[in-house]
Amino acid sequence: MAPLLHVSDLRTYFFTFGGTRVVKAVDGVSFTLEAGETLGLVGESGCGKTTTCLSLVGLLPPAARIVGGSIRFAGEELTGKSPRELRRLRGRRIAMILQDPMASLNPLLTIARQVGEPAHFHLRLRGRPLRERVLGLLRAVRIPSPEVRCREYPHQMSGGMRQRIVGAIALAAEPQLIIADEPTTNLDVTIQAQYLNLLKEIQQQTGVALIFVTHNLGIVAKMCDKVAVMYAGKIVEQSPVRELFNAPQHPYTRALLGAMPKLGRREPLYAIPGQPPNLADPPSGCAFHPRCPEVIPRCVSESPEEVVAGNGHTARCWLVQPDVEVSRGRPSA
Amino acid sequence: MPRFIAQRVAYSLVTLFLLSMTIFVIVRLTGDPALLMAEPGARPEDLARIRAQWGLDRPWPVQYVSFIRNVVRGELGRSFNYRLPVSELYFQRLGNSLQLALAATLISVCIGVPAGIVSAVRVNSWWDNLGKAVALLGLSIPGFWLGLVLILVFAVWLRWLPTSGAGDWRHLILPAVSLGWYFAASLLRLTRSSMLEVLGSEYIKLARLKGLPEAVVIGLHAFKNALIPVFTLTGVNLVIMVNAAVVIEVIFAWPGIGRLLFEGIFQRDFPLVQGVVLMAGFMIVLVNLVVDILYALIDPRIRLTR
Ligand SMILES: Nc1ncnc2c1ncn2[C@@H]1O[C@H](COP(=O)(O)OP(=O)(O)O)[C@@H](O)[C@H]1O
Ligand SMILES: [Mg+2]
Repeated sequence: MAPLLHVSDLRTYFFTFGGTRVVKAVDGVSFTLEAGETLGLVGESGCGKTTTCLSLVGLLPPAARIVGGSIRFAGEELTGKSPRELRRLRGRRIAMILQDPMASLNPLLTIARQVGEPAHFHLRLRGRPLRERVLGLLRAVRIPSPEVRCREYPHQMSGGMRQRIVGAIALAAEPQLIIADEPTTNLDVTIQAQYLNLLKEIQQQTGVALIFVTHNLGIVAKMCDKVAVMYAGKIVEQSPVRELFNAPQHPYTRALLGAMPKLGRREPLYAIPGQPPNLADPPSGCAFHPRCPEVIPRCVSESPEEVVAGNGHTARCWLVQPDVEVSRGRPSA
Repeated sequence: MPRFIAQRVAYSLVTLFLLSMTIFVIVRLTGDPALLMAEPGARPEDLARIRAQWGLDRPWPVQYVSFIRNVVRGELGRSFNYRLPVSELYFQRLGNSLQLALAATLISVCIGVPAGIVSAVRVNSWWDNLGKAVALLGLSIPGFWLGLVLILVFAVWLRWLPTSGAGDWRHLILPAVSLGWYFAASLLRLTRSSMLEVLGSEYIKLARLKGLPEAVVIGLHAFKNALIPVFTLTGVNLVIMVNAAVVIEVIFAWPGIGRLLFEGIFQRDFPLVQGVVLMAGFMIVLVNLVVDILYALIDPRIRLTR
């Protein structure tokens, strides 16, 4: 069976200063996602994670455009669909949770209205069935006394509650895929853990697939089946989650893992030296070479192709040896 | 909250007190009203009698105290010129000024708000540039100049509308357009910037991510939020236009408060000028007070930090 989502060679560029400057925010991204699966998308900020997600739902900022590649979702090609068709898809089959729970809810509309909207517009629910649905959703995300809360406004809720309400909105029309763009970055740690548990639980109940964007590898280990590591608009390494932690191939992945806090470790955290590149003027060759501890002359001149390093494991680095058996036995799709 | 209100009320009273002193002094710098009230060629004794009759022979502080004492009792004094209580004259004219201000508000809202929304939704388009040009013209062309041009074109050349005076709705059009012109431009700019700010917000992004029709996103989610400052400005401006349409009312001979004030200044009618200015100040201070308190009630952040 075809995967739920198959993105191949996606390119989304920003055209700024009247089109004189091109920022390749997403530059040849490919990945697949099966129904019910969770993909973690990690990388430092500015590497193109949000732009990748917005490309999937067809809601890019005015300066950005998908210039190449394909997005196949449940057998349908999404690139080139009309804004109207994309709108019908959004919130109905692909939902998205934004970064800032405090700012994501409309301050002047009731919770009931905001949670009910996707079911109202996509599923055509009205009156009592709509109300039942809203209450059910609020219960599903553990809002206490939903009958009272649904008549309230966002400012009457705590940050954690608001983010759960945003979760309820995402679930409202029973989508097949939820994209969560750093949904817990602005929550404090205990609330963050509760929220992640809730998402996981809901995923088990509904079988929804999840793309989880984060720069926290700890969350990836907890939440995801597989991971894609992004750097400067490209996926530099992609693998099942366990394998990425056990046998990271790309020096950037190793640097990210090295920068992760570990329990009981005394020595100071290793921070990745240097800054992520400016995508308007990226380095030659491999974009990571100016910061790479293992750089070789070839990295400066040539950009490495994707190499199969194991089962479902690929990396873009000149130092990675192809896993001949896997490459030959299962040609990458 | 009660402390906040008390503080605001105190500020308002101080403002009105300073205004009353200022207008009291300024009006007395315009000259001697007895000269205008007496027959031409009146003798100095006659002038002195007139001054004594209206209490103008007393020292300024005494006159000021009696002015304020009357105001506190709700009396604005008696007009030198009309020989009638100022409050009676004021309320006679208030209806006309209100009519003109409402018409001007209606015109400017009907132009400024939709144009501002279109400019924001189609930002940097042809429409937006047209809107920017209109706003710039509106803010830089004075209302009285526009009034004169409108009279020339529509009343003198085309003879479609009367040049001046009050009567049916046709008398209202030219002064209302001249008065509302500036406000339409400022409303356009405020609506545009307020709408742009809201359209860039996360909750509008989420509304679009829900797959709502664009009409719902703009018309409900964005409009409702963008309109709060627009409504406030409209309310405040209505009050200002009622009280401060002096030039337009004079040009169009519109029998409103502004024209009353103008006549008062010309006649050195101290009680009339003082009364009208103080009433205008009172209404403007009051509307600002109400807006401050309403904002505090709506926005818990304002309430808590004060
Ligand atoms: N509106 C914009 N105009 C121009 N460039 C942009 C805009 N938004 C984002 N970018 C560029 O796109 C790149 C990727 O941004 P983004 O997808 O937000 O990264 P992430 O979500 O990983 O932090 C950034 O380097 C940024 O410079
Ligand atoms: Mg981002």
